[in-house]
Amino acid sequence: MTTQQDYLWTLNFGPQHPATHTTLRLVLKLDGERVVDAVPDIGYLHSGFEKIGEHLDYNQYVTVTDRMNYVSPMANNVAWHHAVEKLLGIELTPRCKYLRVIVAELARISDHLLCVGAMGLDVGAFTFFLYGFYEREKIYDIFESLCGARFTNSYTRVGGLLHDITPVTIEQIRDFLRRLPATLSDMERLLTRNRIFMDRMQGVGVLTAHEAINRGVSGPVARASGVTRDLRKDEPYLAYNDFDFQVCCTRAGDCYARFLVRIHEIRESLKIVQQAIENLPAGPVNVGADERVGLPDKQQVYQTIEGLITHFELVMTSRGFSVPCDEVYGAVEAPNGELGFYLVGDGSNVAYRARCRPPSFINFALFPHLICGHTLSDVVAVLGSLNIIAAELDR
Amino acid sequence: MRVDRLEADPTLSDGGAIVDVLQKVTDALRQRCAGVTFSVFRQDTRVWVPRESLYEVLRFLQQEWGFDMLVDITCVDYLHYRGATDRFGMVYQLCNTGDNVRLTVRVMLNEPDLTIPSVTSLWEAANWLEREVFDMFGIRFECHPDLRRILLPPEFTAHPLRKDYPLQGRGERHNFTALTREGG
Repeated sequence: MTTQQDYLWTLNFGPQHPATHTTLRLVLKLDGERVVDAVPDIGYLHSGFEKIGEHLDYNQYVTVTDRMNYVSPMANNVAWHHAVEKLLGIELTPRCKYLRVIVAELARISDHLLCVGAMGLDVGAFTFFLYGFYEREKIYDIFESLCGARFTNSYTRVGGLLHDITPVTIEQIRDFLRRLPATLSDMERLLTRNRIFMDRMQGVGVLTAHEAINRGVSGPVARASGVTRDLRKDEPYLAYNDFDFQVCCTRAGDCYARFLVRIHEIRESLKIVQQAIENLPAGPVNVGADERVGLPDKQQVYQTIEGLITHFELVMTSRGFSVPCDEVYGAVEAPNGELGFYLVGDGSNVAYRARCRPPSFINFALFPHLICGHTLSDVVAVLGSLNIIAAELDR
Repeated sequence: MRVDRLEADPTLSDGGAIVDVLQKVTDALRQRCAGVTFSVFRQDTRVWVPRESLYEVLRFLQQEWGFDMLVDITCVDYLHYRGATDRFGMVYQLCNTGDNVRLTVRVMLNEPDLTIPSVTSLWEAANWLEREVFDMFGIRFECHPDLRRILLPPEFTAHPLRKDYPLQGRGERHNFTALTREGG
C-alpha cells in the first residue's frame, strides 16, 4: 500500500487560509497538482448553538441565529421565527409578512453579492468583488435605518417584528432598487463572458441533478444542477404566493452554472422586493395583544387592560408564551438553500430542542465528491461556488 | 394526537393533492409493516416506526414512494420531557421532490442499546448527518462507512447535546493540556 501511494503527498489547506474565507480545514492528497482525495475537517467554530437554544427563550434565541450565516442574518431571523410561529400556530398580519419578505430578499441579494464577489476574488477578479461589496454597503445602510444594527440584526420577534418600517427606509429601498440593476449589468459585463473566468469555472466541480437530490442539496447549488426545487414556490410561506418571480435553474451543474444562478436570483429578488415595497399592506405589524405572544407597544400597555395583562404575562419570569407539547419542522428558502429548524416544545417559553438544519453543512459534505480529479487551483473555485459559511457549518 | 385518516387543509390550494399522496403512503405502510403509528400536527405528518423495521420502512419509502431526498436526521433526548417513556427519539425528515410531499419518520431508542442501521446506502446525505448525531448524542449507526466525531475533537469523551450534559461543559476548556515552548 505504501509503495502504491509513495508518489502522493498530503497538503494541509487551512484552517487559516485566505481562500477558505472562514475557518475550515481540508486535508488534500495530491498527485502532482491533481487532487486524489480530500478530507474535510470541520468543527473549528463549533460553539454549541443548539445547546444554547435549549436555554434561551424563543425571542432571545434570534440573536444567536444572527451568528449562524452572518452574511445574511435577516434570512436566519425569518427562518427561526417561521418555525417558532408554526409551533405556536400564529398567523401573522399581512404587513408583517410583506416586511419579512422584503428583508429576507434583501438578505438574499446581500448573500449572493458576497458569494459571487468572492468567487471572482478567489480566481483573481478583484474589481468585480469591490463592485459587489459597494452594493452590500447600501443593504447594510438599509438594515441600519430599519432596525439600528448593520450586521447582527435580530429584527424579527414572535408574532411580528422589532418595529415597523419608516418612510425614510422605504425611500432608501427604492433608491437601492433603482441603482442595483445598473451595477449588476456592469458586474455581468466584467465577468460573465470573461474568457479567463469561464475557463476557470466551466466543467469544474460538476454535480448532476440525481446526485444533488440524493445528497440532500438544496438552494442555488441544487438549482444549478437542474433541480427545480425552491421552497418559495413549492411550499409558499409568508406572502410569496402574491409575487411574480421565476425560479432560476441551469443544467450544467458546474461552478459557472452556480455563478449564473446566483446572478439571476439577484434580479428575481429585486423583482420581489419591488412588488412588495409598492404593495405594502397597511395595518399593524404585530399580532394583537389578546394573542399573548408579542410585547404590545407602550400606548397599549398604559391605556388598555389587554395590553397591560399581555405585557405582565410576557415579562414576568415563570410566565410567558403557552407552547404546545409537540414538535414541528419549519423550513424556509435561505440564500444557501433550505434552512430549517426542528423545534420541540415542552409548554415553557424555552425550546426543549432547537435543531438547525444548516444548508452549508449539507453542501460542504459534497466537497470531496466535487473536487476529486481536479487541480489544486480548482479547490478555491469549488469552495467559493458552494458558499460555505463556517459559522453555520459548525454552529 | 394519533390519527387514522388525514384531513386536507382547506386553506392550502394544493393541500388536497399532497394529502392524497400521504394517505396512500400511510395506508401502504400500515399494510407492509406492523406497529407503525401516525400523527399529524400543523400539517406535518409523522410516522412512528419500531426500531427493527426502520431500515426496511425507509428503503420502502425511498424506492416505492419516491422519497428521494433526505432533508435532515436529528435526535431528541427526552430525559426530562414530561410524560416521555423512551430516552432518545430519532427524527428523519424525508421529502418527495416529485410530488412535493414531506414525511417525518420517528424511531425511539433506549439505553443501553443505542444502535440503529445507517441509511448511508440509501441517501448519501446521511453520511455527515449521522456523524453529527453520533457526535452529539452517542447513537451508533451500524454499517456507516466512516463513523467518527465531526464537530468535536476526537479525544472528546462526552456527548454534549444529551440532557444530562451541563450547558457550561464539564471543564474541558479549563483542563485542556497546554503546550509550552519548554515543556514540548
